[in-house]
Amino acid sequence: MMADLLPEHPDFLWRNPEPKSSYDAVIVGGGGHGLATAYFLAKNHGMTNIAVLEKGWLAGGNMARNTTIIRSNYLWDESAAIYEHALKLWEILPEELEYDFLFSQRGVMNLAHTLGDVRESMRRVGANKLNGVDAEWLDPQQVKELCPILNISDNIRYPVMGATYQPRAGIAKHDHVAWAFARKCDELGVDIIQNCEVTGFIKDGNRVTGVKTNQGTINTEKVGLCAAGHSSVLAEMAGFRLPIQSHPLQALVSELHEPVHPTVVMSNHVHVYVSQAHKGELVMGAGVDSYNGYGQRGSFHVIEHQMAAAVELFPIFARAHVLRTWGGIVDTTLDASPIVGTTPVDNMFVNCGWGTGGFKGTPAAGLTFAHTIATGTPHHLNKPFALERFETGALIDEHGAAAVAH
Amino acid sequence: MLLISCPNCGSRDETEFHYGGQAHVAYPENPNELNDREWAEFLFYRDNTKGAFAERWLHSTGCRQWFNMLRDTVTYEIQAVYPMGTPRPDKAAPAPAASESGTASTAPDSTTTGSAGPSIAATSIATSTAPPSTTAPEGATK
Ligand SMILES: Cc1cc2nc3c(=O)[nH]c(=O)nc-3n(C[C@H](O)[C@H](O)[C@H](O)COP(=O)(O)OP(=O)(O)OC[C@H]3O[C@@H](n4cnc5c(N)ncnc54)[C@H](O)[C@@H]3O)c2cc1C
Ligand SMILES: [Zn+2]
Repeated sequence: MMADLLPEHPDFLWRNPEPKSSYDAVIVGGGGHGLATAYFLAKNHGMTNIAVLEKGWLAGGNMARNTTIIRSNYLWDESAAIYEHALKLWEILPEELEYDFLFSQRGVMNLAHTLGDVRESMRRVGANKLNGVDAEWLDPQQVKELCPILNISDNIRYPVMGATYQPRAGIAKHDHVAWAFARKCDELGVDIIQNCEVTGFIKDGNRVTGVKTNQGTINTEKVGLCAAGHSSVLAEMAGFRLPIQSHPLQALVSELHEPVHPTVVMSNHVHVYVSQAHKGELVMGAGVDSYNGYGQRGSFHVIEHQMAAAVELFPIFARAHVLRTWGGIVDTTLDASPIVGTTPVDNMFVNCGWGTGGFKGTPAAGLTFAHTIATGTPHHLNKPFALERFETGALIDEHGAAAVAH
Repeated sequence: MLLISCPNCGSRDETEFHYGGQAHVAYPENPNELNDREWAEFLFYRDNTKGAFAERWLHSTGCRQWFNMLRDTVTYEIQAVYPMGTPRPDKAAPAPAASESGTASTAPDSTTTGSAGPSIAATSIATSTAPPSTTAPEGATK
């Protein structure tokens, strides 16, 4: 399972065309979500005269920066439905995209460290089971059996009192996922245009009719925003607001090690999440900076805090070296759930607010967002995640099951 | 890590402070008259500026006072620290005399000139010697 060879890939996975003067739809943002949306627009809705515009290089945003954890053990029905649909897609996508991106279903444990955690976790296991999501409650001994390097002694500050476990969860190689989607998009005729920053929108009354970019103006009938950390910047250009705050989120890796960590371990309470990459690095996620930021770097004390928790839970990590740290800009909402659907501007649609956990949602975000763009109406899976919920009060408060304290 | 200059205590590490989000968001004057859309705006919608952003901070492990700060969300440069209840230094209505010369009054509630660097710095220095603000007219009782 670990130390697998990375998949071979041909030199060129997609063309680099010049932008055409007009498209049936333009997707802003060439991260995983933008690419998945374009793929499903072409595959499920026959829309192939479309472009994905990316201001930097393909999938160089959060797609290249995340810790690649995929799971669907969310608490509320609406979230369980969309994330579980995503997980089912992850299970078939390598074959469908004809590209092995090393989706490894090695399971995810979410540790409980307090009585409150234990109760909340057991409740979530129950909710997951009712929603057809695989979930188990593990006692500390079972936790130890699955991940022997975990310290389950009770003389640490926050002892492990148990864990939820989702066996079908796991990790995938994120950049290979992006390349797999990009390759298929290209085959289906989608133009992927890099170094193309959207700088404004052209409107006819309240209807968007084009985008302004650093490579010129492009007319289009529909615009889908998939710009993660920058969604509110784009919304502002289009003349509306989003209830989004952008925060730096950090991660780090160690140097390569022998396989020591066979699963994925997350702790909301002491705030760390760890897996071992296919090559052997320990991959760890930290918390968000409390303040708004677009700097793609984070505060050192956040890393320090997370390392302290990691070393207490995994004493052998004390001798590992940090190879590098980096940050991404995540777009958070107050209910820790994404926003997918229509906007106050006609023919403009938004997919954002996936915050610290949107990688796992990539296939379902793409599939449902493509449906919304193609038909102008919500897909039953993204309907609850409409922008209107902040007005109606039908929030989907996933702070608990988002499983990280941000 | 940010080095934040508390108006009362001086420069301290970011870890001593608590972030309070966007500054200058006033509690609705007539809450009974707000419709759902307006309530949503007040409760859930905040600016998410890329660039100079006015925000509130609490010196939670120091003087426990709230203050406002103008910070660039891209470079993280702190451009001004100023008391609760005073106008945002780079957005206040321009004072006719000052707008030409770029020099600002040193009163904490003074109006300064656009985004000129020197006037923001002047405000920042001025406010660091101002008495601590005990009133929180923007509802900063988090
Ligand atoms: C450190 C870290 C760890 C994470 N760990 C996990 C995890 O373990 N599991 C999980 O599920 N999620 C995780 N996430 C969250 C996940 O990465 C995001 O939710 C998800 O990637 C967002 O969708 P995306 O892939 O399309 O975003 P991005 O890859 O950020 O795509 C948005 C793209 O839009 C582009 N763009 C922005 N503005 C413009 C413009 N004006 N014109 C053109 N293009 C523009 C950007 O350059 C960017 O490439 C993590 C995130 C970070 C930062
Ligand atoms: Zn102080």
